[in-house]
Amino acid sequence: MHPSPDATTDPVIDLEGLVVVLGGFPALAGADLRVERGEILLLAGPNGAGKTTLLRACAGMTRPVRGSGRVLGFDLLRERESIRAGVGLVGHRNGLYADLTVQENLRFWGAASGATSSEIEAAASAMAVDGRLATVPVGRLSAGQRRRTALAVLVVRRAALWLLDEPHTGLDAQGRDELDALLRRAAVSGATVVFASHEADRADQLATRSVRVVAGRVEAVDG
Amino acid sequence: MAEVSRFDVAKAVFVKDLRVEIRSRVLVNQILPFSALVMVLFAFALDATNVLTRVAPGLIWLAVLFSMIVIVQRGFAVESADGALEALQSAGVDALGVYWGKWAALVVQLVVLEVLLVATAVLLYGVDLRAEGVVLLVTTSISATCGLAAVGTIYGGLAAGVSGRETLLPLLVLPVASPVLIGATRAVEAALGTGGTAISEGWPWLGLLSVFAVAFGVGGSFAFGPLIED
Repeated sequence: MHPSPDATTDPVIDLEGLVVVLGGFPALAGADLRVERGEILLLAGPNGAGKTTLLRACAGMTRPVRGSGRVLGFDLLRERESIRAGVGLVGHRNGLYADLTVQENLRFWGAASGATSSEIEAAASAMAVDGRLATVPVGRLSAGQRRRTALAVLVVRRAALWLLDEPHTGLDAQGRDELDALLRRAAVSGATVVFASHEADRADQLATRSVRVVAGRVEAVDG
Repeated sequence: MAEVSRFDVAKAVFVKDLRVEIRSRVLVNQILPFSALVMVLFAFALDATNVLTRVAPGLIWLAVLFSMIVIVQRGFAVESADGALEALQSAGVDALGVYWGKWAALVVQLVVLEVLLVATAVLLYGVDLRAEGVVLLVTTSISATCGLAAVGTIYGGLAAGVSGRETLLPLLVLPVASPVLIGATRAVEAALGTGGTAISEGWPWLGLLSVFAVAFGVGGSFAFGPLIED
């Protein structure tokens, strides 16, 4: 089983004064953030504000130089491997193999993460990439179908925390609506979703709470 | 959900890499014809049967080396095209399992390549396969292939996230792999008897190849994770 915080009390993400320096520049300059289980949190803010760095730091992919934090109950500095096992990070790229079909991509991730065949089928069904779509090479899918396949990988891995960087990019209106519905369903199923978007108005419809990332700090959004 | 062992990860990566190859047919449609073409061009350039027969072992391993760089570039381009290697990292998938899976898939592809190249040398260059040299030939190929695959996987992973990796990879791999080129050429010369050398003279070279394969196999096991992480 993948790690998860205490279902009743522990926050999924709890960061205090996190500082991340990239190329000599403070990409995060003392970020504080607390995310509870089952939330769909929007990280709004302009380009270059630190949204991607914040997501990567929460995923254990970027090492902070100062501050402290726990993700899924694990220490951000000392237990990065445990964090990675329970977190699903989907950035601007989907992390899929274009030559393989949807089903083959999911089977690969299933084999690498210990999922059974029925769990893989359930994940494909949950993200609407089952049926005939499952036999199509990923390279021939639309942007929305590829994004849904990437999210199906997170279901296969049973990731408790989904960190999504601009998940609506490249999708048409229908694709965005479908994605929003799938993310809401994932949150109802127990996943916590944190996503970054610079299109705050559109993304606000999906989020249960929003914060703004400005100059490497997290600010609460009124209302 | 079951626990995943390092072997499970290696097997998944191995199967996935070969499946990608079967789908894309890059080895069959591009790399094998490329390596066969290299052998034909050598034949044109060294247009004398006795010269070709004598230098055939070196030409085979040169062709293997050049073709391996193309295979490795392709193998890691597939990983970085849509961020799959980073996705594996961010999911905490065991890096050592990834290393050994990619290594094993590369070994299989190199073995296919070597069979073709030896057959081409027999047909084009008139090389005789001596029954008494077969054991040395096979063990040399296995050792050299294991060593080359280890080097290719380490440096392929290192170059995967770097811009200009197409030119960087040969610069990294060729100098490091030169002991394999030398050792495998000498050992195969002894196995085929092309240089007038006895079979017994090939065994020390096989020892060198084995040490190389073990050193880079162990080194890669420690280095691959940190290399792709940075």
